[in-house]
Amino acid sequence: MNRYRYLLQKTGWALLTILFVLVLNFFLFRILPGDPARALTRDPRMKAEAREILRVRFGLDKPVINCFETLTPLKLGDCRVNPLDTQFFIYIKNLLQGELGISYKTNRPVADILAERLWNTVLLIGAGQILSIVVGVAFGVFAAWKARTAIDYGALITGLVAWSLPTFWLGIILLFWGSTQGFPIGGKATPGTGAYPLLYQIGDVANHMILPTLTYIIVYMGEYMLVMRSSLLDVLAEDYILTAKAKGLSAFQILKDHAMKNAMLPIVTLIAINLGFTVAGAVQIEAVFSWPGLGGAIFEAVESRDYPLLQGTFLLIAVSVILANLIADLTYSYLDPRVQTE
Amino acid sequence: MSNEIILEIRSLKKYFTAGKAGWFSRRQRFVHAVDGVDLQLHRGEVIALVGESGCGKSTLALTLMLLEEATEGSILFEGKDITHAAPQERKAIRQRIQMVFQDPYESLNPTQTIEEIVSEPLTVHGLTPNANERRERVIRALEDAGLKPAADYLHRFPHQLSGGQRQRVVIAGALVLEPHILLADEPVSMLDVSIRAEIINLLADLRRARGISVIFITHDLGTVGYFADRVAVMYLGRIVEIGATREVLQAPQHPYTQALLSVIPVPNPRLRRKRIILQGETPNPIELPSGCRFHPRCPLAVEACRRTDPSLINVSETHQAACILLRQ
Repeated sequence: MNRYRYLLQKTGWALLTILFVLVLNFFLFRILPGDPARALTRDPRMKAEAREILRVRFGLDKPVINCFETLTPLKLGDCRVNPLDTQFFIYIKNLLQGELGISYKTNRPVADILAERLWNTVLLIGAGQILSIVVGVAFGVFAAWKARTAIDYGALITGLVAWSLPTFWLGIILLFWGSTQGFPIGGKATPGTGAYPLLYQIGDVANHMILPTLTYIIVYMGEYMLVMRSSLLDVLAEDYILTAKAKGLSAFQILKDHAMKNAMLPIVTLIAINLGFTVAGAVQIEAVFSWPGLGGAIFEAVESRDYPLLQGTFLLIAVSVILANLIADLTYSYLDPRVQTE
Repeated sequence: MSNEIILEIRSLKKYFTAGKAGWFSRRQRFVHAVDGVDLQLHRGEVIALVGESGCGKSTLALTLMLLEEATEGSILFEGKDITHAAPQERKAIRQRIQMVFQDPYESLNPTQTIEEIVSEPLTVHGLTPNANERRERVIRALEDAGLKPAADYLHRFPHQLSGGQRQRVVIAGALVLEPHILLADEPVSMLDVSIRAEIINLLADLRRARGISVIFITHDLGTVGYFADRVAVMYLGRIVEIGATREVLQAPQHPYTQALLSVIPVPNPRLRRKRIILQGETPNPIELPSGCRFHPRCPLAVEACRRTDPSLINVSETHQAACILLRQ
């Protein structure tokens, strides 16, 4: 199979998956019990007419799709309604026009909320990801290089322990400790600093990022370290490493030219998958540190049955995971020449 | 073949530690992988090293390549002791002694093209700074290894080649440095029978054309007759019989060699031969048997074999075997 067909095939699958996610997203949240109009006000005295007005405004008075009035509780309806007058096809039509809808709760366009939250999440989780990859891979290589020594076992145990720590627990512990050391305990910036000089604001945000990033690194570094170590050990046991040694390559040349290139393959997959989920944010970390990211947005949207916001965030997450996988596949075919022909 | 000795091995030993004898024991146990081997390789000579798996032939090769440090004894290359050579010297020696490994599926880096694989030794040893000249040498090595036209192979990856072609690439990677000695560790045992003869013929041609000395390691006595000048039979870390190929194959003196030869299939179904089937397994190389190390499995063993560890005895000028029965 040549490169272009491979690329085309992978892209085709990615598009198909996104389409599937679009449909799933819509029904998934409408199966969720609860009425958005009621969840919005949480006031038992709210009049039925007022609720009805809200439902009409959100378009929830229309049938979900032909034959189904509502999904939870399941209520069958007329099958002969105009499809374009059902919630599902309105949703699809809007999406095709690039319209993600208006958040029920905040009355703001979902696209605006996502853009703002996305940036916050990418800032925090991106920094955490990159640092944990660098630190984890470096430790993994070092551990494999010193295999079966005290250093290796020490690194192995540390990595395993760090990896198995509950994220929220570690976050809370660091939060407690950090609060006594003068670190900010939550949020993205100190309130009221909006008018300060830009440099000051950057420093302030960076300061707020230290504790959550540290939590992220500790928990996720272990995974990279362990995978890197075992993958490199596998490669170092291969015959072509011995061959390289017999040809007169130095230990460093062998590591650089032969071992790393092959040992990085599993890491590339891991990085790609994790990068995709970066967008989902570490819900636990964002919750513990009150970070205004996408993870937090999901949490709030579920609480208020904010269908458009939920659909928007899930779509964004799905698209980025699928994109990340696509990139991984393509990188893989570049790194490992065996992939294309198989 | 000249009379000049290019590689000499003197009572070479390679032991691996195998833990303590018991939980509270202080005695360190060893795997006696190579246990006192003497061998002389002449320029342009092919020696076949034969033995069962686990007899130490691969360890011997790795020790000769300086990939394993010898425990005792010495290795002399072109008259110079290289047993404990410094890293910089080692690099120079590796240019002269090259190795072909058993498994051509494992010994090629899957992410490199054939050109990268074959040219890498040149780069590492800083032999050809000029890219055109380097490519020419790579092409020459590939064609010498029987991959013609070489240009078709340069940009391919190992997984696109067959087993025989891969082994030719491995051989080209060794040849490109123009070594004086080629250590071939079971180079054909992973290949189809139809390819084996091709690779062996290739090695024989290379010996003729370039005067390379070859140590050909194999567990198959059947293939050695084709091109080895001498055969050395190894058992449990030691050479038990060595001699000119014709003499060893036609008049084996050691009971072990006799047993090995008796089980080689002969392409004549009417021919009835007495096969010597050895009893039991190769003894544990950690706890070696007393006396002659072959006596527990030897069909001819006598009482004295338990006590005396025989050394090589001259059968003829060009043939030695280590068995006390030969003394009588």
